[in-house]
Amino acid sequence: MYPILTKKLLAPHIYELVVEAPRIARSAQPGQFVIVRTDAKGERIPLTICDYDRERGTVTLVIQEVGYSSRKICAMEPGEKMADVAGPLGRPSDLLELSDEELRAKKILFVAGGVGTAPVYPQVKWLKEHGVEADVIIGAKTASMFTYVEEMRKVGRVHLCTDDGSEGFHGMVTGLISKLVEEDGREFDHCVIIGPMIMMKFGSLTTKKYGIPTIVSLNALMVDGTGMCGACRVTVDGKTRFTCVEGPEFDGHLVDYDEAMRRQAMYRDNPKNNPETHKCSCHGN
Amino acid sequence: MATKGNKIPRTPVREQDPAIRATNFEEVCLGYDEQEAMLEATRCLRCPRPRCVQACPVGINIPGFVGKLADGDIKGAADIIGLDSSLPSVCGRVCPQETQCEGSCVLGIKNEPLAIGKLERFTGDWKIAHPEQFETAPATPNGKRVAIVGSGPAGLACASDLARLGYDVTIFEALHKAGGVLVYGIPEFRLPKERIVAKEVETVQKLGVKIETDVVIGRTMTVDQLLDDEGFDAVFIGSGAGLPRFMGIPGENLNGVFSANEMLTRANLMHAWEEEYDTPIYQGKRMVIVGGGNVAMDAVRTAKRLGADAVIVYRRSEAELPARVEEVHHAKQEGIDFRMLTNPVRILGDESGKVCGIECVKMELGEPDASGRRSPVEVPGSNFTMDCDVVIMALGTSPNPLIKDTTEGLEVTRRGCLVADEEGATTRKGVFAGGDAVTGAATVILAMGAGRKSAAAIHEYLSEK
Repeated sequence: MYPILTKKLLAPHIYELVVEAPRIARSAQPGQFVIVRTDAKGERIPLTICDYDRERGTVTLVIQEVGYSSRKICAMEPGEKMADVAGPLGRPSDLLELSDEELRAKKILFVAGGVGTAPVYPQVKWLKEHGVEADVIIGAKTASMFTYVEEMRKVGRVHLCTDDGSEGFHGMVTGLISKLVEEDGREFDHCVIIGPMIMMKFGSLTTKKYGIPTIVSLNALMVDGTGMCGACRVTVDGKTRFTCVEGPEFDGHLVDYDEAMRRQAMYRDNPKNNPETHKCSCHGN
Repeated sequence: MATKGNKIPRTPVREQDPAIRATNFEEVCLGYDEQEAMLEATRCLRCPRPRCVQACPVGINIPGFVGKLADGDIKGAADIIGLDSSLPSVCGRVCPQETQCEGSCVLGIKNEPLAIGKLERFTGDWKIAHPEQFETAPATPNGKRVAIVGSGPAGLACASDLARLGYDVTIFEALHKAGGVLVYGIPEFRLPKERIVAKEVETVQKLGVKIETDVVIGRTMTVDQLLDDEGFDAVFIGSGAGLPRFMGIPGENLNGVFSANEMLTRANLMHAWEEEYDTPIYQGKRMVIVGGGNVAMDAVRTAKRLGADAVIVYRRSEAELPARVEEVHHAKQEGIDFRMLTNPVRILGDESGKVCGIECVKMELGEPDASGRRSPVEVPGSNFTMDCDVVIMALGTSPNPLIKDTTEGLEVTRRGCLVADEEGATTRKGVFAGGDAVTGAATVILAMGAGRKSAAAIHEYLSEK
C-alpha cells in the first residue's frame, strides 16, 4: 500500500499528490511514469512522475480529473493509501544520456500545456542541476489554469501564454514558439513538448517548420505498462511502437497524432468511463 | 496383462451445460467427486514400465498416485504428486494431457485412456480443501537469500523448493497480483482464480516465501541491484513470455484491434467483465480472433461470454490447431464459429477509425515446413471480407526484453529468449532462468519443471559457494 502524504489543488480539476513509494523514488528518472491503482477494483492508470525525493522516499504525481478513474484518484485524501504504485516505467528522457558538456552546448526549449506542465518540471530541474538553464513555454486557456509556474521559474526561463490573453503572450504555444524564434531571434536546437495530444501535434508542426528536433511524451492508454498488452501502441515513422516500453518519449516529428488521438478515445463511450453510469462505493463518486 | 481396466469405460466428467456456460465465467469442467475419482482410478493397468510417466515433463509417478486413489488414500496420492509437482490443481486443469500422459496411456490403444488429468485435479483440489493434513515443519533457515523474478508457474515452483531447503526466498512480481499467466492469461472458466490459483500461491507463502507485488525488475530494481545492494545470493528469472505479436497488416492500429493478451488481461486480471470493477473492455457484436492456440481459444471463449458472436480465423486446417483438443471441443460446444484455412490480409475501418470488417484470403496446405506441419499457401483471388467490429490477435508471444536490456552479461537467443543450460544457469554467474523466458511461450508444466530444476541448481551453486 502506498500512503498519500499531501494533496494540493493546483488549478481547477488539477491535483498534485505526493505519494510514499521509496523504491520508485530511489530509481525514478525524468521522463518516466508509474502505474497506479486506487483500490482492489480500480483501473491501472499511467501517470508521469512529476518529481521525486529519494531521501523522503516520495514521488509527486499530477493528475487532471477527466474520466471516471482520474476522478477517483483525485478524490483520495492524505492519509489514504493507494493499492498499487508500480514503476518507474518507460525509458528515461534522452537528455539524460548526454554529457554535461554536450548539455551545456544545447539550446533547449520546453513547451508545456495543461497537465503536461508538471512532467516537464523534473526535466528542467534536472538540467538546472547539470548547469543548463532551459527556456520553458507554459500555455493555458486562461491565467487561473496555470500550474507549476513558481516551481518552474526557480529552474528555468519561463514564458507564459494564455488563449484569452489574461496573462503573458496572448495566443497559443505555437504562436509563442514562433514569436521567440522569429521576433526575438532565439535559436533552439532541441525541443521537448509535453501536453495534450493536440498541442503536441501542432507544437511539433511548428518546430518542424524551424527545423528544431523535437521530443514529445505520449500519454497513451495502458493496462500493464510493461509491454504485455499493446494497448499503448502508436505509429512512429510508419512503425508500430509500444509507448510503455519504447517510449513514452518519441520523435515529435514522426508521430501519427491523429491515430494516437483516435486510440486515446477508444473507451470514451464506455459506460464505465461515465460517472453517471458507473458508480462505486468510493468517496460517494 | 490385467484386463479389468479395459472393461470399465472412462468415467465421464461433469461439465456445465454449453448453452448456459457460454453466458457465464464459472468453471466449465466440474471435476470428479470422490466416488468418480476412485472408480476411474481402478481403470489403471499399473503397467510395470509406465509410458505415462515418461511422457510427463516432470515425471510424476502416475501409477503410484492413481493406485493410492484406487485404495481411497487421497492424502497418499497427494503426497506422491507433491514429490514432482507443486501445482497439481493447476496442471490437472491446463496440461495438454492428450499429448503427454494420457496420450501414451496403454488403455488408449483400444479404448479411452485413463483420465489422468482429472484425477490429478481431484487430488490437487482435495489437498487445497485439507490444508491441515499437509502442514510441514518449516525448514531450518540456512541464512542464504534467493530472489525470484516473476510469480508465474516457474517462479512459484522454484520458490517452493528453495524454501523447503531453508532458503530465505522473495518473489518480485511486476503486476499487482501474484500468479503470472495463471492470473492474467488463463480465464476464470478454465482456472478459477480465488478458489485455485490464490490457494496455490498461499501454499507457497506458507512455506515462508515472501511475495512483493508492483516491483518491475529491470525498472524498480535491476538484477545487479538484487545481487549487489539487496543482499541476494542468487537470482532466478521466471519472467515469462509476455510480449504480444501482431501480424503487421494494414489496419492493425484501428480502434477495436487488440492483442489477446490485452483482452485477457482486462478480463482476467482486471475483472473488466464485472460491473463493479472499473476497467472497461471493448465490447463487440462480432469478434474475430486470429490464431489457433490455447490463447486464441481462451480469447474466443471470453468473447462469447461477453455476449459477442465469436469467430476463430486460422490459416491452417483443424488438424494443425495447436490448441488442446479439449479446448477446441469446448469452444465448438459453446457455438464458436471456426474458419479454417483462412488468413487475414487487412483490417477494415469506418470513417471514425473503428473496425468494421476484416479481409481474408483462403489458404491451402502445401509442403511441410520447418515445424513439420504442412505450410499454408494463399489461394490466389480467393479474398473475401467478413463483417466484424473487434479483431483480436492471438499469434503467440515472446519474452520481455526488459531484464536482458538492463542486466550486463545476460545473453539471449535470436528470438529474445534467455540463454540457459539444462539446469537453468544463464551466462551470468549466480543468475538462473527457466520457463517461457528461456523457451519462449510453452506450457505451465514445462515452466514448473524448469523452476524446480533451477531450484536444485541454485541449491548446488550456493552450497558450494
